[in-house]
Amino acid sequence: MTSSTVIDELKKNQILELLEQGKRVDGRALDEAREISIETNAIPKANGSARVRLGDTEVVCGVKIQPDRPFPDTGDKGLFICTAELLPLSHPTVETGPPGPEVIELARVVDRGIRESHMIDVSQLVIEKDKSVIGVFADNVVVDYDGNLFDACSYAATAALLSSKSPKWNWVDDAPALVEGEEVSVPITTIPVSVTMGKIGKHIIVDPNGDEWASMDARITITTDSNGNICALQKGGDDGFTLDEIVQCGEISVRVGTKIREKLKAAQQGGQ
Amino acid sequence: MGGREATMVLMDENGKRCDGRTVDEPRRIMIKAGGLKNADGSSYIEFGDNKILVGVFGPRDVHPKHMSNTDTGILRVRYHMEPFSVGERKNPAPSRREIEISKVIKEALEPAVMLEKFPRTAVDVFIEVLQADGGTRCAALTAASVALADAGIPMRDMVAAIAAGKVADTVILDVNNEEDQAGQADMPIGYMPNLEKITLLQLDGVLTPEEYKKCIQVGVDGCKLVYELQKKALNDKYFGNKGD
Repeated sequence: MTSSTVIDELKKNQILELLEQGKRVDGRALDEAREISIETNAIPKANGSARVRLGDTEVVCGVKIQPDRPFPDTGDKGLFICTAELLPLSHPTVETGPPGPEVIELARVVDRGIRESHMIDVSQLVIEKDKSVIGVFADNVVVDYDGNLFDACSYAATAALLSSKSPKWNWVDDAPALVEGEEVSVPITTIPVSVTMGKIGKHIIVDPNGDEWASMDARITITTDSNGNICALQKGGDDGFTLDEIVQCGEISVRVGTKIREKLKAAQQGGQ
Repeated sequence: MGGREATMVLMDENGKRCDGRTVDEPRRIMIKAGGLKNADGSSYIEFGDNKILVGVFGPRDVHPKHMSNTDTGILRVRYHMEPFSVGERKNPAPSRREIEISKVIKEALEPAVMLEKFPRTAVDVFIEVLQADGGTRCAALTAASVALADAGIPMRDMVAAIAAGKVADTVILDVNNEEDQAGQADMPIGYMPNLEKITLLQLDGVLTPEEYKKCIQVGVDGCKLVYELQKKALNDKYFGNKGD
């Protein structure tokens, strides 16, 4: 879906020609992400939410927190599940129906970035060991498409989780009982930030827009945590990277990620 | 998944891992080119306890027709695990995990295969995991490269793959199932040694920037070992032992 945007060869050539001069179609520096706007608590019925615009890509994420059964082998841990979906109104080529490989990859990469950073301390989400735990579900919907859904969904989910307040449950008569009128914060340990880079020719660009996305030879998404460590990575696209390029991308992701983390923090403080 | 307890001893005081290997020692790898009669190309790999069979068909007509491309051939990859390949029976229908792995393997092979020579056709790669034990995507990618070469499809290079990772705060080569479940990081790498290009790269787990660099280096060096075994498998089939 995301890779099927029709772009004529002329546009592709223009993007590459500009890059040879060190410029991008929209005038950004090669390692500059687009403007990010974050509105938290956009959906009051959710336990946490965010509406994020990354350039002209827009994603809404809602967090729902509810009691659930634990997985049989991890009865001492709560659940964290993050999904992503492309809505038909986001682009003329998006059709309804079951998700294709691109959308499945998107959801899994966004989930992995947040999960592997251990942003949510799931060991604190237990109501009764082996019987009942708290599930945190972050569902992303893409409402407008202009490239780089990986980062847009990741920022939306992270911002929504940071803004979340969890209801409280006690274990009463072998069932979870809601404690009315009480809210607790969600156990957050770190703020993961994903940075997606595209490779066009020999050039590495941060946060490709829709036209750049359609012209990319390969891409890489790297998620870093608050300590500047790298916690998840996904390479995609029909070309490869050299070892030096991969190391360079790692450094860019830490540097760019630090700036974006500040914006996520500011949005959290602004929303409260 | 999720079960990252530190209870298991992944590395003893002598630097030996849970299966007795040293930090930079891969598991036993056996690759065989050919083996299937009907497929245009095939291969079988045993990578530790992983047992994977790959069959390649094509270049051939594309069905459904609308998928065909007038400028180039297309590559299609299906990675599939048998219900009996893992501890608890796996539902035979393709899972989201299998769909994602099919996609990353396809994208890892694409730069190696000269598809532009065969417009309007498809090359189909079918990967069947008969037994899984951690690192199936790397073993599958390694075997798929050999099967494509066995099918006589023009290639720029073969993709060799292996995972690097981190257990007990140490960077290791070739992550097995226990180390994947209980270890700190798993980084599968696919690499074309002649073109010096990384075509598959994923990571889950936390690495410092220094460990990240080391992991990639260890992985790329491991891919070069695997590459020699891929070449040997083809040599053995087509040149007997004379090619050694």
